[in-house]
Amino acid sequence: MSSPSRTLFMLNGRELAVTVSGDTPLLWVIRDVAGLTGTKFGCGIGMCGACTVHIGQRAVRSCITPISAVAGTQVTTIEGLSPDGQHPVQKAWVQAQAPQCGYCQSGQIMQAVALLWQIPDPADADIDAVMNGNLCRCMAYVRIRQAIRIAAADIRQVAARA
Amino acid sequence: MLKPRILRGALIGIVALVLLAGAVAWAWASNSSIAPISPPLPASFPEAQVNAGAVLAAAGNCAACHTSPDGLPYGGGNGFETGFGLAYSTNISPDPETGIGTWSLAAFARAMRQGVAQDGTHLLPAFPYTHFTKLNDGDIQALYAFFMTRPPVVAPDHRNTIPFPLNVRGLQAAWKLLFFRRGEYRQIEARSDSWNRGAYLAEGIAHCAACHTPRNRFGAESKGSSYAGERFDGWLAPPLNATNPSPLPWTQRDLYDYLRKGESLLHGAAAGAMAGVVKDGLSRLSDPDVQAIALYFADINGSADRAEGTAGSLNLAMTRRLVDSGKDTEPGANLYLSACAACHYDPPQSARSVQASLTLSTSITSADPSNFIQTVLHGVGGMGEGGPFMPGYAPALTNSDIELLARYLRRTRTDLPEWNNLPTAIAAIRPAQRPSR
Repeated sequence: MSSPSRTLFMLNGRELAVTVSGDTPLLWVIRDVAGLTGTKFGCGIGMCGACTVHIGQRAVRSCITPISAVAGTQVTTIEGLSPDGQHPVQKAWVQAQAPQCGYCQSGQIMQAVALLWQIPDPADADIDAVMNGNLCRCMAYVRIRQAIRIAAADIRQVAARA
Repeated sequence: MLKPRILRGALIGIVALVLLAGAVAWAWASNSSIAPISPPLPASFPEAQVNAGAVLAAAGNCAACHTSPDGLPYGGGNGFETGFGLAYSTNISPDPETGIGTWSLAAFARAMRQGVAQDGTHLLPAFPYTHFTKLNDGDIQALYAFFMTRPPVVAPDHRNTIPFPLNVRGLQAAWKLLFFRRGEYRQIEARSDSWNRGAYLAEGIAHCAACHTPRNRFGAESKGSSYAGERFDGWLAPPLNATNPSPLPWTQRDLYDYLRKGESLLHGAAAGAMAGVVKDGLSRLSDPDVQAIALYFADINGSADRAEGTAGSLNLAMTRRLVDSGKDTEPGANLYLSACAACHYDPPQSARSVQASLTLSTSITSADPSNFIQTVLHGVGGMGEGGPFMPGYAPALTNSDIELLARYLRRTRTDLPEWNNLPTAIAAIRPAQRPSR
């Protein structure tokens, strides 16, 4: 533990300054300081994906990301993905009825959004590889994959119209 | 019987002693103290000069050594393992008692150019005056203006732990005689202005060679292996000459991306001490200056000669990036899928970002696995928005996990021989604290 210091970053488009030890996990700041509990604690060692958030355009495991590392960056959580919960991936999640218990889904959705930034038209092999680190104990993987395909088609269609 | 190596060492020692005897007399004769002055008023320095000095101080990354982790800027007190004992950086703030507040411009210039303190004693070459000697008058004056206008920090210098007799400062005269060539940078007429500018910055204020050139047994940069790479702080500062193990040549453009943004898509991201160099130092330099440094090193590393092979190397790399090769038989492949593939993955049909699957990573093609291990344990980043970022996996992966990943990646991403010192190398790096920058 290092002594508390001030870290300034953007959380869901709003400036947030926190004074905590620099090695405090970003996840604790999101949940306990900012009070946003959509991001979940799973394994605490970056191996299950439940705590996935975006730092800029990257999907990152917030449980192993020290707060000192996010100074000056834009962090987005599931709450900040869309003002009304209508991001194409969120809509696809509903359409495919992807979640079962729902604990992993905010992490799954954040990872899926980043996947579609990188690979707008993913093959199943791409989805399997990139989503491999997001575990679902209910084994909803088939529906998660289906939701990602729906979202990809939706995003491409919107892009084509624009 | 004495082994030849020891014999050779003894001979070198004798020669060094003879040189030293002469040098000591010369040393005491030549260095007088320079009279202290009353600290100059900050307002006495033109603003433009102070600003120019700020850019140079950043490019020289002065703060990285002259500020301790819990200290105020330029108050010194950072301990450095020199191989001979700990040398502490000194207070270079303008405090008259504990800093350099009473140093005249002449005293400052002599320290920068000759490695001699105000009182006439020799400075240790851990302070890279061997590079700063190349700076021109205007730049020395600007740096002086910058430091004299910083807030004074009251912080007495620490005692170095370098043992007797190596701590006798007069001996530094002998060292200088052997290893130090004094003198301003001289333009090479056959080269472009930009090349010369890059050389001036790289060899002078930025002192790149201080980390990237191997040092001899006396701690001096060895002239014969300029930019051949050197271990630093548990990392490998990779070769910047033609022996760089990157699968693709580092062109001027690649080097520019790396030095400007902290990341080259075809090579990798700045990490460890280099992340601080990019973020806190080079970021202050103008674009043409960063381009000049990139041009200089693109020439030194012979990237033009390797250009022809680029397409072939890229094609070969593309065949090596399947993330799931061996997943049924090799635990490292499975671990890679769980822990790494969310970011380090490329779709097979796309050549957009080859770095993502680590096929072109210098950390994996290096003969020394240190940078791979450091990156896995401590991550990459701290450069703010848009910079490269990866969290450290020290709390997540055991040493044997990291070994599995290393073996898997070395086997599938390269055709180089396997790393054979992994457990030792990982254990050596594991207890280190997360780098503070």
